[in-house]
Amino acid sequence: MIPLSMVNPGKRVQIIEIKGGRGIVSKLSNMGFYPGAIIEVISNRNGPLIVAKENMRLGLGFGMAHRILVRILN
Amino acid sequence: MKKTIKIALAGNPNSGKTTIFNNLTGSHQHVGNWPGVTVEKKEGSFAFNGFKVDVVDLPGTYSLSAYSIDERIARDFLLKENPDLVVAVIDTSNLERNLYLVAQLLELGTKVILDLNMMDLVENRGMKIDTEKLSRILGVAIAETVAHKGKGMEKIKEIIVEQAKEGKQSFFKIDYGEDIEKTINRLIKFLKEKRINIDYPLRWFVIKLLEGDAEILRKVKNLPQGETILNIITESVAKLEKHLGYDLETALVEKRYGYLKGLVEECTARHYTLEERLSISDKIDRVVTNKFIGIPLFLVLMWLTFQLIFTVGSPVANLIDSFFGWFAEVTSKGLINIGAPEWISSLISDGVISGVGSVLVFLPNILLLFVTISLLEDSGYMARAAFVMDRLMHALGLHGKSFIPLILGFGCNIPGIMATRTLESKKDRIITILVNPLMSCSARLPIYILFAGAFFGKNQGFVIFSLYLMGIVLAIIMARIFKTIFFKHEVAPLIMELPPYRLPQAKSVVIHMWERGSLFLKKAGGIILAGVIIIWFLSSFPPGVEYASQESLIGRLGSVFAPLLSPAGFGFWQAAVALGFGILAKEVVVGTLGTLYGTGETGLKDAILHHFTPLSAYSFMVMSLIYIPCIASIATIKRETNLRWTFLAVGYSLILGWIMAVIIYQVGRVFLRLL
Repeated sequence: MIPLSMVNPGKRVQIIEIKGGRGIVSKLSNMGFYPGAIIEVISNRNGPLIVAKENMRLGLGFGMAHRILVRILN
Repeated sequence: MKKTIKIALAGNPNSGKTTIFNNLTGSHQHVGNWPGVTVEKKEGSFAFNGFKVDVVDLPGTYSLSAYSIDERIARDFLLKENPDLVVAVIDTSNLERNLYLVAQLLELGTKVILDLNMMDLVENRGMKIDTEKLSRILGVAIAETVAHKGKGMEKIKEIIVEQAKEGKQSFFKIDYGEDIEKTINRLIKFLKEKRINIDYPLRWFVIKLLEGDAEILRKVKNLPQGETILNIITESVAKLEKHLGYDLETALVEKRYGYLKGLVEECTARHYTLEERLSISDKIDRVVTNKFIGIPLFLVLMWLTFQLIFTVGSPVANLIDSFFGWFAEVTSKGLINIGAPEWISSLISDGVISGVGSVLVFLPNILLLFVTISLLEDSGYMARAAFVMDRLMHALGLHGKSFIPLILGFGCNIPGIMATRTLESKKDRIITILVNPLMSCSARLPIYILFAGAFFGKNQGFVIFSLYLMGIVLAIIMARIFKTIFFKHEVAPLIMELPPYRLPQAKSVVIHMWERGSLFLKKAGGIILAGVIIIWFLSSFPPGVEYASQESLIGRLGSVFAPLLSPAGFGFWQAAVALGFGILAKEVVVGTLGTLYGTGETGLKDAILHHFTPLSAYSFMVMSLIYIPCIASIATIKRETNLRWTFLAVGYSLILGWIMAVIIYQVGRVFLRLL
């Protein structure tokens, strides 16, 4: 289990846990980024990240990405 | 059956609701390719087969839980206004996530029509959707549209009218699994026994309670037996969470998505390969959002914008300028020839034509500015700019998303201030509103072009660029200061959807440009005209005084304030009057100068060259940039915040503007002497 912020681009990961306030967790979950969802990291260069689910691209601040724990799938 | 049908358009941000709305009602509401363009509900209507259909376009939302003001507007409407039916506009290329809101609407018992929008994207990718099956499983009618091409609009009107005639939504239920279902049923039974009277379907109500929906919880608290019910809910949630091993709200979301995943798999056939998923958008993003390229690229784009505005706009502006010069003269002579009194001739040529004309001259530049803003919005770059800036903004105490309201402020501060509604945190929002007037709006552009054109010739593009940049830098510094004084909080983290890049449509760009252009013309015929007429009167009285002289009313008025401005290098009464009336609308600064100096054949530019030096021209532009927002902005700030913040916005900008203008003039003078 590692923070999303440390995952290299091109990796598929499964979200395990989102640490944060209730509002943030709930907002991300409602957008489809809930614990258990499988997502892909598109770009990650020490700044904000771009992650993908289906055709959706989500920009996440580095701090936010650091609080999402994931499991690498491939 | 009543003849009027009330429908609402709901859906995720950037799914094309407003385009559908415009197509249905013939309106021209603003659209763009970034999440959060619509922050207010918009109303319109159309007629079809003898029915009048009232349409409400709602701000985009991902779910019925609201996190920001725009989402709250959508939620409140859907829960409280009871439209006859809701057209759920779906970005079909993101089926699963878009259906999430639909599932929530169906759980609520809302009558829904599914509008599979952006069907072209899906078909291009070789994805097939079994709409019949989807319609059967969800129990809803389905329309297919490609809104930006106007495809499928007649069909959807037909379906809307047809569905509105039919009865209720068929019952829809998601199975949340044995444990959760047991609890749901137990609570439903309990509420029934207590004969609690609520406006919502019981099952939906119970699910919302279990989710911990703040507003629904509040509602229960106010019920006669509220406390008892809440206790039972808390107990049930705790028990369930202990059993599940994690929090219940997430469990409910997961179950819903689980259901939708199954549904989407069952109803679609995918043919595309894994490689194709890394689309062109992603490739562009690798460059545009690169750590080292991102911010420089943004600055280059901005600089190119200014070059475009001047190299293309200024020659046309000069033509219009000569036209008005000629027109004022001809009118003045013509009026005297037909025997009109001199004061009428003066009012028309010195006041109206010179005053309003001096502002209208800049129409080409303003149109070009809005073309570039429209390109930024429609291409999808807007969201990336916010994304790229997030880190910098964060370090400075602002939210990445705050960047979009700031960019919109370059067009006009009012939509900029409105756009802050998408920010989740109230504190981020207030700070972004307070600094928004520091973004040089299009109304300041005439002042810059006039002065920079007169004094800085070939370097005018660079000079104006520096003013825009100064606005941004000051906004950042002020945001930092406000944050330290008023809000010592963590900035909410950035979570923002990045829409795929799209080629901007010529039609949409032209419409946007024209809308803003006509707004500018209306302003010229309204508040600017009124301003220059007042100034003309004040310049002509008391009777017998020389027009626009220091002895005139306005000369005396300006002379009172002028000394305050002399440390900034423009301590003469005309500048004081121009700035004073500029609060009506910033273009009036130019209009006033036009009215006051527009007499004779020398023209406005020459008059300015005579009164200002390059240094005092620059400090005057800085003052115009910063001091007091225009009346319309002040009113918007008041509406979006409260009186206290409005006073602060007016007060700090006046003081900051004066200080900056004085510093620039005084330091510049020392510097020039040393050279």
